Amino acid sequence: MQINTYIAGFLLIYIAKLVKYMYRITFMNDSASSFQTALQLVTSGNPELVEIVALSLKVSLSAVVFASLLGMPVGALMAMRSFPGRAALITLFNSLMGLPPVVLGLVVYLLLSRAGPLGEYGLLFTPEAMILAQTLLVLPIIIALTRQALSDLHVEYAEHFHSLRLSMRAEAFALLWEGRYALLTTLLAGFGRASAEVGAVMIVGGNINHVTRVMTTSIAMETSRGDFTLALALGIVLVSIVILINAMVSVVQMRERRHQ
Amino acid sequence: MLVPNQDVNHQTNSILPLTLEGVHYQVDGLQLLSDISIQFPPKGTITIVGPNGAGKTLLLRICHGLLSPSQGRILWADNAKALVPGVQSMVFQRPVMLRRSATDNLMFAMKASKVPVEQRAVRLEQALEHAKLSSLKDRPAKKMSGGEQQRLALARCFALQPQILFLDEPTAHLDPVSISHVERLIHTIAETGCQIVMVTHDLAQARRLGSFTAFMKGGQLVEFSETETFFTNPQSEALSAFLRGQDFNNN
Amino acid sequence: MNLRVVCLLGSLFGLLGVNSSYSEDRFITLASTTSTENSGLFDHLLPVFTKESGIEVRVVAVGTGKAIRMAQTGDADVLLVHHRASEEVFVEEGYGVERFDVMYNDFVIVGPDGDPASIATKSNVSEALQAIAENAVIFASRGDDSGTHKKELSLWDSAGIDSSKRDSSWYRETGAGMGATLNVASGINSYTLTDRATWLKFANKGALKILLEGEPPLFNQYGVIKVNPERHPHIKHADGQVLIDWLISERGQSLINDYQIVGEQGFFANAGK
Repeated sequence: MQINTYIAGFLLIYIAKLVKYMYRITFMNDSASSFQTALQLVTSGNPELVEIVALSLKVSLSAVVFASLLGMPVGALMAMRSFPGRAALITLFNSLMGLPPVVLGLVVYLLLSRAGPLGEYGLLFTPEAMILAQTLLVLPIIIALTRQALSDLHVEYAEHFHSLRLSMRAEAFALLWEGRYALLTTLLAGFGRASAEVGAVMIVGGNINHVTRVMTTSIAMETSRGDFTLALALGIVLVSIVILINAMVSVVQMRERRHQ
Repeated sequence: MLVPNQDVNHQTNSILPLTLEGVHYQVDGLQLLSDISIQFPPKGTITIVGPNGAGKTLLLRICHGLLSPSQGRILWADNAKALVPGVQSMVFQRPVMLRRSATDNLMFAMKASKVPVEQRAVRLEQALEHAKLSSLKDRPAKKMSGGEQQRLALARCFALQPQILFLDEPTAHLDPVSISHVERLIHTIAETGCQIVMVTHDLAQARRLGSFTAFMKGGQLVEFSETETFFTNPQSEALSAFLRGQDFNNN
Repeated sequence: MNLRVVCLLGSLFGLLGVNSSYSEDRFITLASTTSTENSGLFDHLLPVFTKESGIEVRVVAVGTGKAIRMAQTGDADVLLVHHRASEEVFVEEGYGVERFDVMYNDFVIVGPDGDPASIATKSNVSEALQAIAENAVIFASRGDDSGTHKKELSLWDSAGIDSSKRDSSWYRETGAGMGATLNVASGINSYTLTDRATWLKFANKGALKILLEGEPPLFNQYGVIKVNPERHPHIKHADGQVLIDWLISERGQSLINDYQIVGEQGFFANAGK
């Protein structure tokens, strides 16, 4: 665990240095001051920054939670049972893992637009629309990785569970619990994809100030304003969050070895 | 499952004896079991011996309901009751343990078998006590030695208080000390009135534990008799050869 | 085990629950342009409006073309863009109720300090653009069907340089917003057309500077239109009207005039003139 913390620490320092270096070579004139301003924004808990980060976390975490509630049982089922079309479904979900977020954003936009089939609910340009888009974005990852993680476990436990006369539901839950540490990685992968994407949330959220402005859309907008300070500050937060979550998962996975 | 939750009660509602009627099993045209018909006695430990590939393990899985026979039927005295979780139980050659503590493994099985909540703690303590695992109750099951895991697997069945317990070579991978621990535990379980059906490669063990012994070869049930008779007075040439360790025909 | 799962989920949802204290129940959606958004004008105006009226305004900033299509499909309540011809068509086709002038600023042509096509010496916009085309000096175009893009295309047409003469060796379409296009121009040291407000606010000017300004064709008029509730019954037309009335009122107009970007006036209010 200590070693991992060290590695994470070094990574963080290294990335910070890299960012600073890139910034220097791009904008020789006043680089140090801009980077320092960005760091100050981060450390001082600038309310605008906090609001954007909070919304990002809310949207991406909600998406991961919903996608997991939906995708994990489906993934478990696909690991446990064979049925006609299973191979095709596996291929489909594996392919959808690489779906470009903008394509999904476009589809969700067309669905939620007032002219679209779900237009009457008025969801376009709301956080709910972003959660929906990211849920759909993350769902194939959760399903595909859950299936992969639970397939081996299913081979190990199928007869035991059958012997205990478990219902399909109980069996799925038991498998999910046995695979809990592997599934953490799945959640992380899902969260990584959700929090890092800009295409889908930009299209369905509209980057509305105080309502649907998240870290990635904000970075895109501040960059287009030529104002790199807030963009950089958000970038630092985004990278830090990803590293932090990775480190947490590593720590939890250390515990896995205790049980195996 | 299909049958509503009922209170398991040995005395009033026994599923024994177990009867096999013309059981066949084939996979991809291979005949693995042919025409096995037998009614096991309702009491006493049954040991099953035979050369590798005789179909012993397969027969055990079919009896326990993990596999369905291609032809023929498995009949219990009370077929509906036999489907109730916890009424029959099985221990595999390599113990299957959840990635949880010893206690949680037993609790999971009891919960799955709908053991009444108020009985679980008592049964847990008893089972671990008999398996001599009380001091290891909080240890992750996967971290235990092979012998400890096998005892834990038996303790898990013990806690369910099944009417019949299938054992598939439970001591195959264990050292002599562990074997004697496991055998003692099997004996204890048998004394509670649970019928044991056990596959083994160890003829001495089959003789030590069995009241009745079956001999299988090439997917057929060749001989079944009381254990003492089985070893002292084999009826078939095949069994005599097997007991003499001269069974070369099969390979 | 179940208890633990329930606790975990509960705490997760608890975590997600801390939110939305900032969004008001009463809001309207305003479809507008990236140049308006990038200029920072909305950050100056809208908090005052929300405070005075209790109506939150959610701005979706896209190109003028996309903003109009959003309004056509009923995904916005009010439209604030800057391409008069398209706006008038929008109203004529019945998508909008009525168009009001709000304010203006102007476009400027910016380019590298050295001015390789010497456009600063030209007497009008057409001559300047012709010089860029003749010398094949790189020009960054929005290329995104926005108001600025439409304006730029009309300027090229007036200069007699149609699309067949705008060779991709020097004419580069970014397909992006105003700020993003300025970033490109700054990066490759090219000419580009921008509205003055975005330019003033833009922080990454590099070697770029204004080379041509103040010509009549560079006038940039902004108009505001309410989406027609007869087409889209869900439109919040009452609250939308409040915004429009406020923008063209004395109060709104003086606030627009007050907006300074790096010491310069960004927009000139001209409602009802």
